[in-house]
Amino acid sequence: MTDSTPALAIRARDLLFAWPGKALVIEIEQFSVARGERVFLRGPSGSGKSTLLGLLGGVLTPARGEVSLLGIEISALSASARDRFRGEHLGFIFQMFNLIPYLSVLENVLLPAGFSPARAARVGGDLQAEGRRLLAALGLGASDLLGRPVTELSIGQQQRVAAARALLGKPEIIVADEPTSSLDHDAREDFLQLLMSECRTQGSTLLFVSHDTSLGHLFDRVVSLGDLNRAGRT
Amino acid sequence: MKTLLLALRSLRNRRTTALLTISAIAISVALLLGVEKMRTAAREGFANTVSGVDLIVGARSGQLNLLLYSVFRVGDATANVSWQSYQKIARHPDVEWTIPISLGDSYRGFRVMGTTDQYFEHYRFAGERKMVFAAGRPFTDLYDAVIGADVAQQLGCKASSKIIIAHGLGNVSFAQHEDKPFTVVGVLERTGTPIDRTVHVGLEAITAIHIDWQSGMQALPGGRVSAEEARARDLTPESITAFMVGMRSKVMTFTMQRAINEYRQEPLLAIIPGVALTQLWNLVGIADTALMIVAAFVVLAGLLGMLTAILTSLNERRREMAILRSVGARPRHVFTLLVAETGMLASAGVAAGVAICYSLIFAGKPLLERRFGIFLDPGGLTGYDFAILGTIIVSALLIGVLPAWRAYRNTLSDGLTIRV
Repeated sequence: MTDSTPALAIRARDLLFAWPGKALVIEIEQFSVARGERVFLRGPSGSGKSTLLGLLGGVLTPARGEVSLLGIEISALSASARDRFRGEHLGFIFQMFNLIPYLSVLENVLLPAGFSPARAARVGGDLQAEGRRLLAALGLGASDLLGRPVTELSIGQQQRVAAARALLGKPEIIVADEPTSSLDHDAREDFLQLLMSECRTQGSTLLFVSHDTSLGHLFDRVVSLGDLNRAGRT
Repeated sequence: MKTLLLALRSLRNRRTTALLTISAIAISVALLLGVEKMRTAAREGFANTVSGVDLIVGARSGQLNLLLYSVFRVGDATANVSWQSYQKIARHPDVEWTIPISLGDSYRGFRVMGTTDQYFEHYRFAGERKMVFAAGRPFTDLYDAVIGADVAQQLGCKASSKIIIAHGLGNVSFAQHEDKPFTVVGVLERTGTPIDRTVHVGLEAITAIHIDWQSGMQALPGGRVSAEEARARDLTPESITAFMVGMRSKVMTFTMQRAINEYRQEPLLAIIPGVALTQLWNLVGIADTALMIVAAFVVLAGLLGMLTAILTSLNERRREMAILRSVGARPRHVFTLLVAETGMLASAGVAAGVAICYSLIFAGKPLLERRFGIFLDPGGLTGYDFAILGTIIVSALLIGVLPAWRAYRNTLSDGLTIRV
């Protein structure tokens, strides 16, 4: 179970995946991300991006091969152990509609703590204060914002709330799936700067998935999913 | 715990649909509970039509027939009981009292019953309740009458009203005992039993008004006996329709019943009212069982409405489920979330239904008592009621497994993909 190189945050090897009755969507020989590294994964829609994130998030199990996160081979874990692992060590930010509409801003940020006691414990001390601190760090310090229904926020604000939620409890890996594609150009870079600086503070690894290469220069490394994934290539 | 809170918040977010669903369940539960309460009240009211009477004796016919005409004033006796037989049984050392009953005439659709003051003394209904006079007193004079509450109300009679009894039972009878009018001397309180629809007169009065009648016709004017002349005659009846018996010791009831049924001089039938009432209820009780079944189906419809509402909401909530998954919720959390929702909707519906039912009972109680003589005792929820309500909630939870299962499956296949 324990990987020989725990310095890697993400390691996928000989990964094969196909939806039942369909052609292969993922065939990856080797993909790894070092701890603390910020990687830009470039993938147009239809490149198997969602499936790869499902495999890395432990929601899907590969037909063959292994996925190891933080030195743990999660593809060998039981479904509920993978769910626990995800809640504890991973933070997700999606393209849009990241928030539960019936919860307040702060409640949305604190959501992971409710499902993962370990992550709540890592916050140590006052959960609410940590939630507020993260929101403030991401530029949402105004107190009147916290109690408001999330549906009243702008998309940019919603994405920052989602980022604060992903960062809560210092998960080792942050996976962001097109988090900026519904933002305009200035807001995009702004958001990314805030996200990256917070990741650096927390020591989190960032896997940023996007089809928009204009942001690639801000990252340590740019990887093209098209080069990585041999499935679907003719 | 966290999941229950989420379920509650999620429902609040969809409060219009949730409230409508709860209302549908509440109305169906109120109906079911109301039917059950009415059923209990009706059954008790029915069983309480007569009490304190150990045996009812009449000419040999059927048990139900005898019960129907002697207690419910429905149908006719096939034959009478001779005065001699009646006297013989009435004087039996084990018999404490008897109430003779003579039926056959009517007053504007209400039956006239000849009896004695023993009737007011010993007849009981609804457990230990005695007849109470709303106005006036029992009959003392030959031509006195005591009327039930319905007679008084529907015909506008009161104490001192004069009434003329018709011969036979038709609503419109051509043969009237107009030469011997009666004076109403008493009006009884409402009892919720057939007493309310009865005109009571003395046993001798029945003899008196028929003294100059033969084979259903009054004698020609020359042979008639006036009301005053009748007073001088011997008014002991030759026969009565039936009589009720109170035993000195309840233990002797069965022995007496057998003795009467085997009485050689005359074919008689003695019945125990409680047994006969139960038998009758088993016949008419089918109707309320049917009503109960209908109410149960209404509840089922309410629950299916809830199922529809939740299933419809599932698709638009796939995103919500994926978000929950991404922050560490397991499929079983999603499952619990949905089952908890149905549980909350059903529980709220049941609680509201109980509240509606009780409000209606309290609001309608005076009317039911006054108009229909149904004594609806709201009481608390009985063990049976709790069993019904519990069954509804458990059924809801079972129904909730379906959307929960669907959401669970969606969750597994959607993974973290947020489908919009």
